[in-house]
Amino acid sequence: MPLWVELVLRIGGVLVAFLTLPLLVGQAEHKVMAHMQGRLGPMYAGGFHGWAQLVADGVKFVQKEDITPREADRAVFRLAPAVALVPYLLVLLVIPLGPNDLVGQPLDIGLFFVLAVVGVGVVAVLMSAWASANKYSLLGGLRGAAQLLGYELPLVLAAASVAMAAGTLSLSGIVEAWQPWWLLWQAPAMIIFFVAGLAEIRRPPFDMPVADSELVFGYITEYTGLRFAFFLLAEYVGIVVIAALTTVLFLGGWQGPFADDQLGWLWTLLKIFAVSFVIIWLRVSYPRLREDQLQRLCWLVLVPASLAQLVLTAAVRIAL
Amino acid sequence: MSDPSERGDTSERGLPGAGLVKGLAVTLKTMTSRSTTQQYPDTAPDLPPRSRGVIALSEENCTVCMLCARECPDWCIYIDSHKEEVAVPGAARPRQRNVLDKFDIDFSLCMYCGICIEVCPFDALYWSPEFEYAEYDIKNLLHDKDHLGQWMATVPPPPAHDPNGEPAKEETAAARKAAAARPAPPAVRPEPDADQAPAS
Repeated sequence: MPLWVELVLRIGGVLVAFLTLPLLVGQAEHKVMAHMQGRLGPMYAGGFHGWAQLVADGVKFVQKEDITPREADRAVFRLAPAVALVPYLLVLLVIPLGPNDLVGQPLDIGLFFVLAVVGVGVVAVLMSAWASANKYSLLGGLRGAAQLLGYELPLVLAAASVAMAAGTLSLSGIVEAWQPWWLLWQAPAMIIFFVAGLAEIRRPPFDMPVADSELVFGYITEYTGLRFAFFLLAEYVGIVVIAALTTVLFLGGWQGPFADDQLGWLWTLLKIFAVSFVIIWLRVSYPRLREDQLQRLCWLVLVPASLAQLVLTAAVRIAL
Repeated sequence: MSDPSERGDTSERGLPGAGLVKGLAVTLKTMTSRSTTQQYPDTAPDLPPRSRGVIALSEENCTVCMLCARECPDWCIYIDSHKEEVAVPGAARPRQRNVLDKFDIDFSLCMYCGICIEVCPFDALYWSPEFEYAEYDIKNLLHDKDHLGQWMATVPPPPAHDPNGEPAKEETAAARKAAAARPAPPAVRPEPDADQAPAS
């Protein structure tokens, strides 16, 4: 296969995943949340149980007027949605779907790359918040910045624990090194990574930056139309990315009950959707954490716990 | 599960995090149980028998006593009538009778209190559960007597009497009348007195 064909195939695959997985997760959120609240959710769009609801939403967003506030910093304001979206696209590039290089771009320092790129999200938050010239946006953005900076630490430490256990920074390498008993060994790290990941993508119960009952919509307040849709899309891609990272790092990625070589991609996708379901489930079940509770959870629980997990991982590694 | 958002409350709730798990269980149970939502435009709603949808008029029962119009808190009932002489053959002189000319209810003003239906002594007004009479022009919400008469077809039969409720006034009155007609020992005094008499 010539290089360019392979390149087009890989990039096309990632793009398709980038465009379809978030829609699937979004639709699942609509329906799961509705049924958890004793409702039916969308039932009309597309005919069968509202399967085309998000497509209809997308069409609606495209038709809306794209407003930039007069006082806003135009260039920064208009750039922010892209900055929010692109890092997740880049992350999807290196997440392995199956064995034998079934991945957008195999990377030896995949984990390092992923953590670095996910960290760019805080820039988008601050850009949109500051450029909106809106006090709600600014409040939301500063909350978001404090939250993202704080939770970055347990996220990285938990990921470091599993990297240490596997002895590699390559995501594929981590999946290959993974063994079922790691579920127990790395359980604290998994919970810490998952919780910190939730906070990282500003999902409820960590949605203080966009707390819609007090801050209108936080840093997204001034956005309309397609740019608003980009922020929403970024949120759903974020779910996919966090679910995929949790899967790859802690749940064994493509390792399934049988036929890992042929069905590896299926196991990975199933695990991603299961973790996404838990993310939606948590959103429906729990109220939003207050700002001080949010910071307390991060600094007094997750950071010490992740440090303890690092010590545990190191001890077990040396003992083995 | 160790979540510090629960801190301080652990003593009264048992295990730390038990509340978090319970919350997850509630949502999961709700998700797996069937939703009771009725898809309204597709399926007709299941309305209770005393639903207050629209007021129906049984024109032949109306004697133009005007009680409904006078009791209406919103003054949304408009009644016009004229008198008519009815000559009954064999009677000493012709009788006079009220004839209903106009009976309008303005549903843009009506607050669905049902007082008109309560006060009507001749059962000329009824609740109907029909509710799909929205209009594009507010003027069309003024239903005239023909329109109100059309709702009569939708009035459900009255619900069965509650077996534990007290009997209807008509029943007790009839029973009393029957008892009085019979030459029974006259129960003039109320019962509580009769009970207390031997005790004192």
